[in-house]
Amino acid sequence: MNERTMLSEERHFENMIQAESICTAENLVYERPGTLLDVTMHYCPGCGHGVAHRLLMEVVDELGIQSQTIGIAPVGCSVFAYNYMNIDMQEAAHGRATAAATGIKRVLPEKYVFTYQGDGDLAAIGTGETIHTCNRGENILIVFINNGVYGMTGGQMAPTTLPGMKTTTSPYGRDVKVQGYPLKIADIVATLPGSFYVTRQAVHTPAYVRKAKKAMLKSFQYQKLGKGTCFIEIVSNCPSNWKMTPVESNRWVKEHMLPYYPLGDLKVPSEKETAQ
Amino acid sequence: MAKVKGDIVIDIEKCKGCELCVEACPQETLGLSKKVNSRGYLYVVKIQDNCTGCVNCALVCPDAVLKVYRKTLGKENPVAVVSNVTQDLTLTVNK
Ligand SMILES: Cc1ncc(C[n+]2csc(CCOP(=O)(O)OP(=O)(O)O)c2C)c(N)n1
Ligand code: SF4
Ligand code: SF4
Ligand code: SF4
Repeated sequence: MNERTMLSEERHFENMIQAESICTAENLVYERPGTLLDVTMHYCPGCGHGVAHRLLMEVVDELGIQSQTIGIAPVGCSVFAYNYMNIDMQEAAHGRATAAATGIKRVLPEKYVFTYQGDGDLAAIGTGETIHTCNRGENILIVFINNGVYGMTGGQMAPTTLPGMKTTTSPYGRDVKVQGYPLKIADIVATLPGSFYVTRQAVHTPAYVRKAKKAMLKSFQYQKLGKGTCFIEIVSNCPSNWKMTPVESNRWVKEHMLPYYPLGDLKVPSEKETAQ
Repeated sequence: MAKVKGDIVIDIEKCKGCELCVEACPQETLGLSKKVNSRGYLYVVKIQDNCTGCVNCALVCPDAVLKVYRKTLGKENPVAVVSNVTQDLTLTVNK
Protein backbone atom coordinates (compact mmCIF):
# COMPACT_ATOMS: atom_id res chain seq x y z
CA MET A 1 0.00 0.00 0.00
CA ASN A 2 1.44 3.39 -0.83
CA GLU A 3 1.63 6.31 1.51
CA ARG A 4 -1.35 8.26 0.37
CA THR A 5 -3.65 5.31 0.75
CA MET A 6 -2.75 5.23 4.45
CA LEU A 7 -4.23 8.64 5.22
CA SER A 8 -7.10 8.48 7.66
CA GLU A 9 -10.69 8.08 6.74
CA GLU A 10 -11.57 10.45 9.53
CA ARG A 11 -10.14 13.35 7.55
CA HIS A 12 -12.42 12.39 4.74
CA PHE A 13 -15.45 12.78 6.93
CA GLU A 14 -14.24 16.07 8.35
CA ASN A 15 -13.92 17.39 4.82
CA MET A 16 -17.42 16.26 4.05
CA ILE A 17 -18.83 18.22 6.98
CA GLN A 18 -16.91 21.42 6.30
CA ALA A 19 -17.70 21.79 2.65
CA GLU A 20 -21.18 22.42 1.41
CA SER A 21 -22.18 19.34 -0.52
CA ILE A 22 -22.49 19.64 -4.26
CA CYS A 23 -23.96 16.13 -4.50
CA THR A 24 -27.34 17.11 -5.87
CA ALA A 25 -29.22 15.84 -8.88
CA GLU A 26 -28.45 18.85 -11.08
CA ASN A 27 -24.70 18.42 -10.58
CA LEU A 28 -24.68 14.69 -11.32
CA VAL A 29 -22.32 13.89 -14.19
CA TYR A 30 -21.92 10.15 -13.86
CA GLU A 31 -23.86 7.32 -12.31
CA ARG A 32 -24.17 3.57 -12.74
CA PRO A 33 -26.45 2.78 -15.72
CA GLY A 34 -29.91 1.66 -14.66
CA THR A 35 -29.82 -1.32 -17.01
CA LEU A 36 -26.85 -2.75 -15.12
CA LEU A 37 -28.58 -4.56 -12.28
CA ASP A 38 -27.85 -3.26 -8.81
CA VAL A 39 -25.87 -6.30 -7.65
CA THR A 40 -22.21 -7.02 -7.01
CA MET A 41 -20.67 -8.82 -9.99
CA HIS A 42 -18.68 -12.01 -9.37
CA TYR A 43 -15.63 -10.84 -11.33
CA CYS A 44 -12.23 -10.61 -9.68
CA PRO A 45 -11.17 -7.13 -8.52
CA GLY A 46 -10.08 -4.99 -11.47
CA CYS A 47 -11.32 -7.35 -14.21
CA GLY A 48 -12.09 -5.65 -17.54
CA HIS A 49 -15.28 -7.69 -17.92
CA GLY A 50 -16.95 -5.31 -15.45
CA VAL A 51 -16.08 -2.23 -17.49
CA ALA A 52 -17.27 -3.84 -20.73
CA HIS A 53 -20.58 -4.85 -19.12
CA ARG A 54 -21.09 -1.36 -17.79
CA LEU A 55 -20.34 0.31 -21.12
CA LEU A 56 -22.75 -1.93 -22.99
CA MET A 57 -25.52 -1.15 -20.54
CA GLU A 58 -24.71 2.58 -20.65
CA VAL A 59 -25.14 2.50 -24.41
CA VAL A 60 -28.38 0.52 -24.21
CA ASP A 61 -29.67 3.07 -21.69
CA GLU A 62 -28.61 6.08 -23.75
CA LEU A 63 -30.20 4.68 -26.88
CA GLY A 64 -33.33 3.76 -24.93
CA ILE A 65 -33.39 0.25 -26.38
CA GLN A 66 -33.55 -1.85 -23.22
CA SER A 67 -36.72 -3.64 -24.23
CA GLN A 68 -35.52 -4.10 -27.81
CA THR A 69 -32.14 -5.64 -27.03
CA ILE A 70 -31.26 -9.32 -26.69
CA GLY A 71 -27.85 -10.40 -25.46
CA ILE A 72 -26.21 -13.81 -25.78
CA ALA A 73 -24.00 -14.86 -22.87
CA PRO A 74 -21.03 -17.19 -23.48
CA VAL A 75 -19.23 -19.86 -21.50
CA GLY A 76 -16.30 -18.36 -19.63
CA CYS A 77 -16.03 -15.92 -16.75
CA SER A 78 -18.85 -13.88 -18.25
CA VAL A 79 -21.21 -16.86 -18.24
CA PHE A 80 -23.37 -15.01 -15.69
CA ALA A 81 -23.64 -11.84 -17.78
CA TYR A 82 -27.43 -12.37 -17.73
CA ASN A 83 -27.39 -11.84 -13.96
CA TYR A 84 -26.06 -8.32 -14.45
CA MET A 85 -27.60 -7.02 -17.67
CA ASN A 86 -31.25 -6.17 -17.23
CA ILE A 87 -32.27 -7.08 -20.77
CA ASP A 88 -33.50 -10.27 -22.41
CA MET A 89 -30.63 -12.73 -22.56
CA GLN A 90 -29.91 -16.23 -23.77
CA GLU A 91 -27.08 -18.47 -22.63
CA ALA A 92 -25.31 -20.34 -25.44
CA ALA A 93 -23.19 -23.49 -25.45
CA HIS A 94 -19.43 -22.89 -25.39
CA GLY A 95 -18.41 -21.04 -28.56
CA ARG A 96 -21.86 -21.07 -30.11
CA ALA A 97 -23.04 -17.60 -29.11
CA THR A 98 -22.92 -16.22 -32.65
CA ALA A 99 -24.91 -19.21 -33.93
CA ALA A 100 -27.56 -18.60 -31.28
CA ALA A 101 -27.51 -14.90 -32.14
CA THR A 102 -27.99 -15.72 -35.82
CA GLY A 103 -31.16 -17.66 -35.04
CA ILE A 104 -32.53 -15.03 -32.69
CA LYS A 105 -31.85 -12.13 -35.05
CA ARG A 106 -33.38 -13.94 -38.01
CA VAL A 107 -36.54 -14.78 -36.08
CA LEU A 108 -36.71 -11.36 -34.39
CA PRO A 109 -35.14 -8.93 -36.86
CA GLU A 110 -36.72 -5.99 -35.03
CA LYS A 111 -34.48 -6.63 -32.00
CA TYR A 112 -30.95 -5.46 -31.41
CA VAL A 113 -28.88 -8.61 -30.88
CA PHE A 114 -25.36 -8.86 -29.50
CA THR A 115 -23.07 -11.60 -28.25
CA TYR A 116 -20.56 -11.17 -25.46
CA GLN A 117 -17.67 -13.66 -25.61
CA GLY A 118 -14.18 -14.33 -24.29
CA ASP A 119 -11.23 -15.42 -26.40
CA GLY A 120 -11.47 -19.09 -25.40
CA ASP A 121 -15.12 -19.01 -26.37
CA LEU A 122 -14.95 -16.95 -29.56
CA ALA A 123 -11.46 -17.68 -30.90
CA ALA A 124 -10.92 -21.32 -29.86
CA ILE A 125 -13.95 -23.59 -29.58
CA GLY A 126 -16.13 -21.06 -31.44
CA THR A 127 -13.79 -20.04 -34.28
CA GLY A 128 -15.96 -21.74 -36.88
CA GLU A 129 -19.17 -20.08 -35.71
CA THR A 130 -17.47 -16.70 -35.45
CA ILE A 131 -16.03 -16.73 -38.94
CA HIS A 132 -19.12 -18.08 -40.62
CA THR A 133 -21.43 -15.68 -38.79
CA CYS A 134 -19.31 -12.74 -39.96
CA ASN A 135 -19.00 -14.22 -43.42
CA ARG A 136 -22.77 -14.45 -43.69
CA GLY A 137 -22.93 -10.85 -42.52
CA GLU A 138 -25.48 -11.51 -39.81
CA ASN A 139 -26.83 -8.21 -38.52
CA ILE A 140 -25.56 -8.59 -34.99
CA LEU A 141 -22.90 -7.07 -32.77
CA ILE A 142 -20.14 -9.34 -31.49
CA VAL A 143 -18.31 -8.10 -28.39
CA PHE A 144 -15.07 -10.03 -27.99
CA ILE A 145 -13.12 -9.76 -24.71
CA ASN A 146 -9.50 -10.71 -25.40
CA ASN A 147 -7.57 -11.30 -22.18
CA GLY A 148 -5.12 -13.82 -23.66
CA VAL A 149 -6.14 -16.75 -21.43
CA TYR A 150 -8.98 -19.05 -20.46
CA GLY A 151 -9.93 -17.10 -17.35
CA MET A 152 -12.73 -19.19 -15.89
CA THR A 153 -10.97 -22.54 -15.98
CA GLY A 154 -7.73 -21.37 -14.40
CA GLY A 155 -5.63 -19.48 -16.91
CA GLN A 156 -4.86 -22.03 -19.62
CA MET A 157 -3.33 -20.94 -22.91
CA ALA A 158 -5.78 -19.50 -25.44
CA PRO A 159 -5.27 -19.01 -29.18
CA THR A 160 -4.71 -15.34 -28.29
CA THR A 161 -1.94 -15.98 -25.72
CA LEU A 162 1.15 -13.95 -26.61
CA PRO A 163 4.39 -15.61 -27.74
CA GLY A 164 6.44 -16.44 -24.66
CA MET A 165 3.53 -15.75 -22.32
CA LYS A 166 3.37 -18.15 -19.37
CA THR A 167 0.07 -19.83 -18.63
CA THR A 168 -0.84 -23.01 -16.73
CA THR A 169 -0.63 -25.02 -19.95
CA SER A 170 2.42 -23.19 -21.31
CA PRO A 171 4.51 -22.98 -18.13
CA TYR A 172 7.69 -22.16 -20.05
CA GLY A 173 5.92 -19.58 -22.19
CA ARG A 174 4.02 -20.05 -25.45
CA ASP A 175 6.38 -21.59 -28.01
CA VAL A 176 5.12 -20.53 -31.43
CA LYS A 177 6.95 -23.45 -33.05
CA VAL A 178 4.83 -25.88 -31.08
CA GLN A 179 1.62 -23.95 -30.36
CA GLY A 180 1.46 -21.60 -33.29
CA TYR A 181 0.98 -17.85 -33.29
CA PRO A 182 -1.62 -15.76 -31.49
CA LEU A 183 -4.72 -15.55 -33.62
CA LYS A 184 -5.69 -12.02 -34.64
CA ILE A 185 -9.30 -12.86 -35.10
CA ALA A 186 -10.46 -9.26 -35.60
CA ASP A 187 -8.06 -8.89 -38.52
CA ILE A 188 -9.45 -12.06 -40.07
CA VAL A 189 -13.04 -10.92 -39.59
CA ALA A 190 -12.21 -7.55 -41.19
CA THR A 191 -11.26 -9.31 -44.44
CA LEU A 192 -14.69 -10.94 -44.77
CA PRO A 193 -17.21 -9.20 -47.02
CA GLY A 194 -19.98 -9.82 -44.47
CA SER A 195 -18.42 -7.70 -41.74
CA PHE A 196 -19.51 -4.06 -41.68
CA TYR A 197 -17.58 -2.48 -38.83
CA VAL A 198 -14.57 -4.06 -37.12
CA THR A 199 -12.60 -2.33 -34.40
CA ARG A 200 -10.14 -3.13 -31.62
CA GLN A 201 -10.55 -1.24 -28.37
CA ALA A 202 -9.36 -1.39 -24.77
CA VAL A 203 -10.61 -0.34 -21.34
CA HIS A 204 -7.46 0.16 -19.31
CA THR A 205 -7.49 4.00 -19.22
CA PRO A 206 -10.31 6.56 -19.05
CA ALA A 207 -9.62 7.75 -22.62
CA TYR A 208 -9.83 4.25 -24.06
CA VAL A 209 -12.97 3.54 -22.05
CA ARG A 210 -14.61 6.53 -23.74
CA LYS A 211 -13.51 5.27 -27.17
CA ALA A 212 -14.74 1.75 -26.51
CA LYS A 213 -18.12 3.14 -25.53
CA LYS A 214 -18.29 5.17 -28.73
CA ALA A 215 -17.57 2.02 -30.75
CA MET A 216 -20.45 0.25 -29.00
CA LEU A 217 -22.79 3.16 -29.61
CA LYS A 218 -21.87 3.20 -33.30
CA SER A 219 -22.35 -0.55 -33.60
CA PHE A 220 -25.91 -0.39 -32.34
CA GLN A 221 -26.65 2.48 -34.70
CA TYR A 222 -25.14 0.47 -37.57
CA GLN A 223 -27.26 -2.54 -36.67
CA LYS A 224 -30.28 -0.46 -37.53
CA LEU A 225 -28.97 -0.20 -41.10
CA GLY A 226 -28.90 -4.01 -41.40
CA LYS A 227 -25.76 -4.07 -43.50
CA GLY A 228 -23.63 -6.68 -41.78
CA THR A 229 -21.82 -7.81 -38.70
CA CYS A 230 -20.24 -5.38 -36.25
CA PHE A 231 -17.28 -6.75 -34.34
CA ILE A 232 -15.65 -5.06 -31.35
CA GLU A 233 -12.57 -6.66 -29.84
CA ILE A 234 -11.73 -5.36 -26.38
CA VAL A 235 -8.17 -6.06 -25.32
CA SER A 236 -8.60 -6.73 -21.63
CA ASN A 237 -6.86 -8.09 -18.56
CA CYS A 238 -7.07 -11.11 -16.26
CA PRO A 239 -5.27 -10.04 -13.09
CA SER A 240 -6.01 -13.33 -11.32
CA ASN A 241 -4.55 -15.66 -13.92
CA TRP A 242 -1.82 -13.28 -14.99
CA LYS A 243 -0.94 -13.27 -11.29
CA MET A 244 -0.72 -9.50 -11.04
CA THR A 245 -2.48 -6.72 -9.22
CA PRO A 246 -5.18 -5.00 -11.30
CA VAL A 247 -2.97 -1.93 -11.74
CA GLU A 248 -0.03 -4.09 -12.87
CA SER A 249 -2.27 -6.03 -15.23
CA ASN A 250 -3.43 -2.84 -16.94
CA ARG A 251 0.18 -1.78 -17.33
CA TRP A 252 0.86 -5.20 -18.86
CA VAL A 253 -2.00 -4.67 -21.30
CA LYS A 254 -0.33 -1.49 -22.47
CA GLU A 255 3.21 -2.85 -22.61
CA HIS A 256 2.64 -6.37 -23.96
CA MET A 257 -0.88 -6.87 -25.34
CA LEU A 258 -1.22 -3.65 -27.31
CA PRO A 259 1.99 -4.00 -29.36
CA TYR A 260 0.64 -7.32 -30.64
CA TYR A 261 -3.00 -6.23 -30.77
CA PRO A 262 -2.82 -2.58 -31.89
CA LEU A 263 -5.93 -0.54 -31.16
CA GLY A 264 -8.06 1.18 -33.73
CA ASP A 265 -10.59 0.55 -36.47
CA LEU A 266 -9.89 -2.36 -38.82
CA LYS A 267 -12.88 -1.81 -41.08
CA VAL A 268 -15.02 1.30 -41.24
CA PRO A 269 -18.06 1.70 -43.45
CA SER A 270 -17.95 4.55 -45.93
CA GLU A 271 -20.26 7.54 -45.59
CA LYS A 272 -22.32 6.22 -48.47
CA GLU A 273 -22.80 2.92 -46.67
CA THR A 274 -23.98 4.59 -43.47
CA ALA A 275 -26.36 7.01 -45.15
CA GLN A 276 -29.91 6.09 -44.17
CA MET B 1 -11.44 29.68 -16.33
CA ALA B 2 -14.39 29.20 -14.06
CA LYS B 3 -13.62 27.21 -10.95
CA VAL B 4 -14.91 23.70 -10.98
CA LYS B 5 -15.72 21.66 -7.93
CA GLY B 6 -16.33 17.95 -8.01
CA ASP B 7 -17.33 15.25 -5.60
CA ILE B 8 -17.89 11.53 -5.64
CA VAL B 9 -20.16 9.14 -3.77
CA ILE B 10 -18.73 5.69 -3.13
CA ASP B 11 -20.87 2.56 -2.93
CA ILE B 12 -18.58 0.98 -0.35
CA GLU B 13 -20.24 -2.44 -0.43
CA LYS B 14 -19.66 -2.88 -4.19
CA CYS B 15 -16.02 -1.77 -4.14
CA LYS B 16 -13.37 -4.47 -4.46
CA GLY B 17 -10.40 -2.25 -3.70
CA CYS B 18 -8.78 -2.87 -7.07
CA GLU B 19 -7.26 0.65 -7.02
CA LEU B 20 -7.78 1.26 -10.72
CA CYS B 21 -9.60 4.47 -9.81
CA VAL B 22 -6.77 5.49 -7.48
CA GLU B 23 -4.37 5.08 -10.41
CA ALA B 24 -6.67 6.95 -12.82
CA CYS B 25 -7.37 9.98 -10.63
CA PRO B 26 -5.26 12.94 -11.78
CA GLN B 27 -5.84 14.75 -8.48
CA GLU B 28 -4.72 11.96 -6.14
CA THR B 29 -8.06 12.33 -4.41
CA LEU B 30 -8.53 8.64 -3.74
CA GLY B 31 -6.97 6.02 -1.51
CA LEU B 32 -7.88 2.78 0.20
CA SER B 33 -9.65 2.46 3.53
CA LYS B 34 -8.13 0.86 6.58
CA LYS B 35 -11.30 -1.09 7.28
CA VAL B 36 -12.89 -3.72 5.05
CA ASN B 37 -16.42 -3.95 3.73
CA SER B 38 -18.69 -6.93 4.36
CA ARG B 39 -17.00 -8.89 1.56
CA GLY B 40 -13.61 -8.38 3.11
CA TYR B 41 -12.34 -5.88 0.57
CA LEU B 42 -10.58 -2.64 1.41
CA TYR B 43 -12.64 0.04 -0.26
CA VAL B 44 -11.93 3.37 -1.84
CA VAL B 45 -12.18 6.58 0.17
CA LYS B 46 -11.47 10.23 -0.51
CA ILE B 47 -8.19 11.19 1.10
CA GLN B 48 -8.26 14.81 -0.09
CA ASP B 49 -11.06 17.20 -0.85
CA ASN B 50 -9.77 18.28 -4.24
CA CYS B 51 -11.96 16.35 -6.68
CA THR B 52 -12.71 18.15 -9.94
CA GLY B 53 -15.44 15.77 -11.09
CA CYS B 54 -13.44 14.69 -14.12
CA VAL B 55 -15.12 11.23 -14.09
CA ASN B 56 -11.85 9.34 -14.75
CA CYS B 57 -12.32 7.16 -11.68
CA ALA B 58 -15.85 6.16 -12.64
CA LEU B 59 -14.80 5.38 -16.22
CA VAL B 60 -12.21 2.76 -15.23
CA CYS B 61 -14.15 1.25 -12.32
CA PRO B 62 -15.16 -2.31 -13.24
CA ASP B 63 -17.80 -2.44 -10.55
CA ALA B 64 -19.63 0.83 -11.20
CA VAL B 65 -19.04 1.90 -7.63
CA LEU B 66 -18.70 5.64 -8.14
CA LYS B 67 -21.17 8.44 -8.68
CA VAL B 68 -19.61 11.70 -9.80
CA TYR B 69 -20.85 15.26 -9.33
CA ARG B 70 -19.48 18.44 -10.81
CA LYS B 71 -20.40 22.08 -10.30
CA THR B 72 -18.97 25.11 -12.04
CA LEU B 73 -18.78 27.67 -9.25
CA GLY B 74 -20.14 31.14 -9.80
CA LYS B 75 -22.16 30.00 -12.77
CA GLU B 76 -25.85 29.28 -12.70
CA ASN B 77 -25.97 26.70 -15.45
CA PRO B 78 -24.93 23.36 -14.02
CA VAL B 79 -23.08 20.80 -16.08
CA ALA B 80 -25.68 18.38 -17.28
CA VAL B 81 -25.40 14.85 -18.55
CA VAL B 82 -25.77 15.18 -22.28
CA SER B 83 -26.51 12.27 -24.50
CA ASN B 84 -25.51 12.52 -28.14
CA VAL B 85 -28.32 10.29 -29.28
CA THR B 86 -30.57 12.06 -31.74
CA GLN B 87 -31.81 9.22 -33.87
CA ASP B 88 -34.95 7.18 -33.39
CA LEU B 89 -33.68 3.65 -32.91
CA THR B 90 -36.86 1.71 -33.42
CA LEU B 91 -36.17 -1.15 -35.81
CA THR B 92 -38.91 -1.62 -38.38
CA VAL B 93 -39.24 -4.67 -40.52
CA ASN B 94 -41.19 -5.15 -43.70
CA LYS B 95 -42.73 -8.57 -43.37
C1 LIG C 1 -17.91 -27.74 -24.52
C2 LIG C 1 -17.08 -27.19 -23.43
N1 LIG C 1 -15.73 -27.33 -23.47
C3 LIG C 1 -14.96 -26.81 -22.48
C4 LIG C 1 -15.51 -26.16 -21.43
C5 LIG C 1 -14.63 -25.61 -20.34
N2 LIG C 1 -14.48 -24.18 -20.37
C6 LIG C 1 -15.26 -23.37 -19.63
S1 LIG C 1 -14.86 -21.75 -19.79
C7 LIG C 1 -13.64 -22.11 -20.88
C8 LIG C 1 -12.77 -21.03 -21.47
C9 LIG C 1 -13.22 -19.65 -21.23
O1 LIG C 1 -12.25 -18.74 -21.62
P1 LIG C 1 -12.59 -17.37 -22.32
O2 LIG C 1 -13.63 -17.56 -23.35
O3 LIG C 1 -11.31 -16.75 -22.73
O4 LIG C 1 -13.30 -16.48 -21.22
P2 LIG C 1 -12.73 -15.83 -19.87
O5 LIG C 1 -13.05 -16.82 -18.81
O6 LIG C 1 -11.27 -15.59 -20.07
O7 LIG C 1 -13.51 -14.58 -19.74
C10 LIG C 1 -13.55 -23.49 -21.09
C11 LIG C 1 -12.54 -24.12 -21.96
C12 LIG C 1 -16.92 -26.04 -21.41
N3 LIG C 1 -17.55 -25.39 -20.42
N4 LIG C 1 -17.67 -26.56 -22.41
S1 SF4 D 1 -10.46 -15.03 -13.82
FE1 SF4 D 1 -9.68 -13.33 -15.06
S2 SF4 D 1 -11.27 -12.94 -16.63
FE2 SF4 D 1 -12.18 -14.17 -14.99
S3 SF4 D 1 -13.13 -12.70 -13.60
FE3 SF4 D 1 -11.09 -13.15 -12.80
S4 SF4 D 1 -9.79 -11.58 -13.69
FE4 SF4 D 1 -11.69 -11.60 -14.88
S1 SF4 E 1 -13.83 12.58 -10.49
FE1 SF4 E 1 -11.70 12.87 -11.20
S2 SF4 E 1 -10.77 14.15 -9.60
FE2 SF4 E 1 -12.64 13.33 -8.72
S3 SF4 E 1 -12.02 11.46 -7.65
FE3 SF4 E 1 -12.66 10.85 -9.70
S4 SF4 E 1 -10.80 10.84 -10.92
FE4 SF4 E 1 -10.35 12.01 -9.05
S1 SF4 F 1 -12.07 1.08 -9.40
FE1 SF4 F 1 -14.06 0.71 -8.44
S2 SF4 F 1 -13.89 -1.32 -7.47
FE2 SF4 F 1 -11.81 -0.61 -7.94
S3 SF4 F 1 -11.15 0.38 -6.06
FE3 SF4 F 1 -12.01 1.98 -7.35
S4 SF4 F 1 -14.16 2.13 -6.74
FE4 SF4 F 1 -13.37 0.20 -5.91
